[in-house]
Parts: sequence; C-alpha cells; structure tokens
Amino acid sequence: MAVVTPVLSVADIVPAVSGKKRQFPGLALLQSTHGIQRIMLLIGVVLVIFFVVLALFAPVLAPYKFNAIFTPQLPPSAMHWFGTTVGGFDVMSRVIYGARTAIEVILLAVALSIAVGVTLGVISGFIGTWVDRVLVLIMDALYSFPSLLLAIVVRIMVAAGHSGPFAGILSAAVSITVVFIPQYFRVTRNATIQAKVEPYVDAARVAGANPGRIMFGHILPNVSQSIPVLMTLNASEAILTLAALGFLGLGIEPNSAAEWGFDLSKARSDLINGIWWTAIFPGIAIVLIVLGVTLIGESLNDVLNPLLRTRGGTTTADEEEVASVIESTDINGGLDGAQRSTAGAAPPPQSRGEP
Amino acid sequence: MPGEPSQNGPDVPTSSPPDELPDVVPDELPDEAAAEPTSKKSGSSHVLARYLTLRLVLIVPTVWILVTVVFFFLRVTGDPITAAQGGRLPPEKIWELKQAAGYNDPLIVQYGRYLWQILHGNFGRTTDNQSISSLLIHYAPATLELVFWALIVAFLVGIPLGRLAARHYNKGPDMAIRGFAILFYAAPVFFVALLLKLVFSIWLHWFPISQRASTSVQIAMATDGHVDTHIYIINAIISGHFSYVLDVLQHAVLPGLALGLLTAGVFIRMVRINLLQTMRADFVTAARARGVAESKVVSQHAFRNALIPVVTVMGMEIAMMLGGAILTETSFEWQGLGYILSQYLLKRDFVAVQGIVTFFALLVAVVSFLIDVVNALVDPRVRY
Repeated sequence: MAVVTPVLSVADIVPAVSGKKRQFPGLALLQSTHGIQRIMLLIGVVLVIFFVVLALFAPVLAPYKFNAIFTPQLPPSAMHWFGTTVGGFDVMSRVIYGARTAIEVILLAVALSIAVGVTLGVISGFIGTWVDRVLVLIMDALYSFPSLLLAIVVRIMVAAGHSGPFAGILSAAVSITVVFIPQYFRVTRNATIQAKVEPYVDAARVAGANPGRIMFGHILPNVSQSIPVLMTLNASEAILTLAALGFLGLGIEPNSAAEWGFDLSKARSDLINGIWWTAIFPGIAIVLIVLGVTLIGESLNDVLNPLLRTRGGTTTADEEEVASVIESTDINGGLDGAQRSTAGAAPPPQSRGEP
Repeated sequence: MPGEPSQNGPDVPTSSPPDELPDVVPDELPDEAAAEPTSKKSGSSHVLARYLTLRLVLIVPTVWILVTVVFFFLRVTGDPITAAQGGRLPPEKIWELKQAAGYNDPLIVQYGRYLWQILHGNFGRTTDNQSISSLLIHYAPATLELVFWALIVAFLVGIPLGRLAARHYNKGPDMAIRGFAILFYAAPVFFVALLLKLVFSIWLHWFPISQRASTSVQIAMATDGHVDTHIYIINAIISGHFSYVLDVLQHAVLPGLALGLLTAGVFIRMVRINLLQTMRADFVTAARARGVAESKVVSQHAFRNALIPVVTVMGMEIAMMLGGAILTETSFEWQGLGYILSQYLLKRDFVAVQGIVTFFALLVAVVSFLIDVVNALVDPRVRY
C-alpha cells in the first residue's frame, strides 16, 4: 500500500522502538506490546510452542505411528480419540505427526528462500545495470503470479523421480520456496540500493575489499533487519501452501510422512457419508498453527520493523503503523490530539491548501 | 506539480515522466486540494494515456517471462508423454508418440513452437488429444462466475465490517472484526469449504453439496436451444425458468461464501486501515471543524476516499483469488479451470497443466491491467 504510506514518516514510529532494538528480541517484543496486542502475541507464542512440542515429541505423544493401519472409518473413541480414516490411519496420530512435517517444511522453505532471495537481492541491488533490471522484471512477474500455481509448477519439476521421506519434504519445501523468493529479493534489493551509497561502503572499496566482500561482508548485515518479520509473515503462508499442495494431491506420500493437506483431500469424499472427524481435526490443526504464526508475525511486524512499513510489503505493516500513530494521539485525547499529531507528522503534500 | 487539476490543459509535456507502477502516483488528497486552481497546467489526459500505454506494454514481458518459466520448469525434467504414460506403454510406443507430438526435438525448438502456438491462441492438445483452447473456453466462464459470486460476498461482508471496525477503533467491534479477519486468513479455503459443506449441506440440507447446478438443470439448459454462455446464471436467466435461476443460485451460495470470506478478510483490513488513515486527513478535520456530524464525516467525506486504495489492491487480490478459486472449485467440484486443473494434475497430464497455467498467467496480467485502468479512471489523483 505504497499509495498512502508517504503520509506517515518512519520517524513517527522509530523513537518508540529504537531504544529496545539491541536487546534480546523476544523480550523486547513483549515489553513493547501492551493490552490486546500483548495478549495476541502471547496466544501466538503459546500456539507455536504447542506445535513445536508436538513436532519434537511426536513419537512419544502420538498413540500410534502415523502410517499404522487400523479398522477404517471408526468414529472417535477411547482407542482412537479422533477416529480413523478411510485408509485406516489413526487421525490423532496423523495430526500430531503432521506438526512435524509442517514445521520441517516451513523451516526448510523459509531458509531456502532467504538464502536465494537475499543473495539475489544483494547482488541485484549492488551491481545494478541490466542485471538488476532483468532480475526485477523476472521477480515482479513471478510475484504477480498466483503463488499456488507457481508452487504447483515447481512441485511437478522437483517431484520427478524423487521418493523417500526426506526427499518428499525437501521437494515440497523447494516448491514453496519459489513463492517467497521474490519478496526477499525485493526487500533486500531496495535496502541494498540505499545502503551502497553509504560512506562505509566507499571506505571498504577504498580499502581494497572486493565486490563479494563488500556485498556479503558489509552490506548484507546492514540490510537484513527486515528479514525476521518477513520470515514470520511468510511462514504462515508456507503452511497454507503446503496444505494446498497436499489437498491437490501434490503433497507428500501418506506413507512417508503425515501431512494435513493430504488428509483433508482424502476427507472430502468421507463427508458425504457423514464422516466429519477426518476433516475437522487436521483442518483445526492447520488453522491453529497458521493463527499462531500470524499473530507472532503481526506483533513482530509492529514492533521490530520500521523498514518494511515504507517498503509497502504488506497491509499489516500499514495497519499497525496507523494504529501506533493513532494510539499515541489518543493519549492527548480525541480531536485535539489528532490535530496535534497531524501537525507533528511529516506534512502531506496537499497541506498548502489549508490555512 | 504534475497531476494537478487542469481538465482542459491539453498537450503541454509534463516535467515528470509517468511511472510504471500505480504506487508512485503523487500522494495528494483529491477534493480540497483540487479545489484550488494552479497556474501550472499539465497535460493530464496525456499523462494518463502514457501511463496506461506503458502499463499495457509491460504486460508483454510479464506474460512472456511467465510462459517461459512455466515451459522450462515443466519440460526440463522430462516430456509429458513419458510422465503420463511411463511404465504403461512399451518404450517404442512412447518414442513414437513423442515423435508424433514433436517432443524429440531440441527443447529450444519446442519452446519456439510453443510460443508461436500461444501467439495464435493455440494452447496445444492434452495427452488425450483434446484442444486445450476449447477446454479454456468451456471452463473459464465457470471460474469467472465463481469469482463474481465471491466478490459479491467479499464486498457485502468486507466493506461494512471494515467500516464498522474503523468507526469503533480499538473497541469491542474492532477487536471482534479483526479477530474474524485473522481467522479467515488462517483457515485454508478448502477447510472452510469442507466445513460449509458439512454444516449446510450434510447436517442442515440447506444447500446442494457440489456442482454448479443440478444435473437435470444442466442438461435442460444445454439442450433448450438458447445461446450457451457457459455462465450458468446467465444461461438460467435466458432460459426464462425461474426454477433454473433458483437452482443455480443455490449451488453458488457455498462456493461463493468459501472464496468470498477468504477475500473478505483482506477487504476488511484494507477498508479499516484506509478509513483510519483518511480520518486523520486534513480535509476530514476541516469537516469536523465546520461542525459536520461525525456519522456524516465518515459516510460523506472519508468513506469514499478510503475506498480508492481498496480498488488499487484488488489488482493484487485477483491473483490470490484465482489461487483460492482452484482450491474452492476442487472442493465443490465446481467445473471451472481450477477443477480441471486439479483433474489433469491427478492424471499427470502436464501439457494440459501447462496450458491452463499459462492461461492463468495471461488472465492475471490482463485483469490487473484492467483494474489499473479502472483505478486510473476512478482516482482523481490520476485522472486530473
């Protein structure tokens, strides 16, 4: 939403957080939130920790192996708390092991897309010229494309001739990666273009550092502060993309890993027979984990990331930005405060029309 | 300042060139600022024309890049015939099929041929030898119909709720509505679809569980001699049977809701945030200072201006909605592009997948261009 962002300057928000930037991020994050926002953050953290625990201790927590076969289509009972599927899988075990798959894929996908996107972004921003223009054009084209379709295409490419549990997870992660590379590329490239005219870059150049060293030793550490936020925002989308791929039958083989989207796609035909438990539980698991990551992402976005706000990456950034500005004006009370803060903020271009 | 009011000022070249993206439009507020005439006259229609031309020209490289990426991604690991038939047919037979379809040629030759085909509106043939172009003509209207219903739901739900949330900023309704928006973001559209089916079709029997219309209605509409637009609601209206219209509408409710609520979440956030921002603008403060009632300030001064960025964002939303449409169609067996895409994915027919994906790329590029045009026409900051 870059159309409206220039009305608010980064300077409005930075003083509120800059003092806490060097502290341990989690603590600073919690300290700088308040009221409903702190509650949202805490809910997010609790949800994510819950799923991490499920993932780590899946073999202990799950009653059975995710690929163990029982009598099919049993309703929930003491033996099978969440019932069993058409294929005879225990739903609860698959939901628990599914957390493991989801988290593995997220971590891999996010790490890979950062590695590729940030590298390309720094190179593109630093070198400039036609390299930059071509890369920007490609990345913009990819960004405009429905991400699910992109993931499907890459998935078909990487899935050719792979099997085994880890290969399945890796290829799922790679196909999700492509969706996010353009975002990291954009953020890093723009930051690099700003950073490369700084004196320390000239200094490094004069001192004889080669371009690779300048890019990755000097510029990269200075342009990476907006990445954690983008990471959390993307993590939730990664889960949804993984589930969507699974739902379309492009996910991970059911015998090599438990995957919620795949289970939901199988649940589609169960519904007609009134079998609800195969759909409800994996679905709720997806909703909760995405909710958890999203809540953390939004809070992080609000607190840690003045950079992303001006880049127009997400609506969330703008939303929180206005929220924080308005909150600060509310202290002064109502209309008065609103006026005062408008005067204090960067004057919008049209203000010459006012007396 | 370029882009200042001058409806009549014809072709004085402007100092600043039009930019390629909508977000570089100078950030000015329309009404109050525009009321003051300026001495600088700039060719506004000229600027608009140049902007739109540039935007139109930019479609070409975008689509070309996507076509190229999709082509090489899908072909680099193998040919479609081996993928679809591998193991089922003897190798000699596969080789013959490949030879006949031209898959034994060098990749670059195939690529050139593919581009040539697409330029002529030919998206190739599926491995079961159907013309993909005719598939697209047959199924794309269904997807458009679904997107249309979803947009109606999104507007009806998203805009009033966003407005309500902004008016009660940081109070109960705002919290509840924001929670709702986050929840609908977090819920995958196919899970929402399954829940809707479970509750409203299976438990309550209010709405049909799948398809775009009852089989009897589909057959009746296809054979009654009227023009087949492939858009069922139009077919039903043309047929003149009220029961057909009702049947089609009933089938549209759940898919429209599933995809619409997903989009509504985004709309809520957009309307809310833009209204909040507009409420801080000077012209709103001025209206308040003149003693205009708060409800009137919102409805007459702020609200419409707050909607402008929502139109802008719709360009990006279309890509998301088409992605959502694939999943919604698959969930409801709504026979549109997304549904057949998922069918061909299961059959591993990658020529068909390639054709459909390419068509989606084209669709997204064209639709977002059209939205930019609408945006340029709606937004006074671009128009003047």
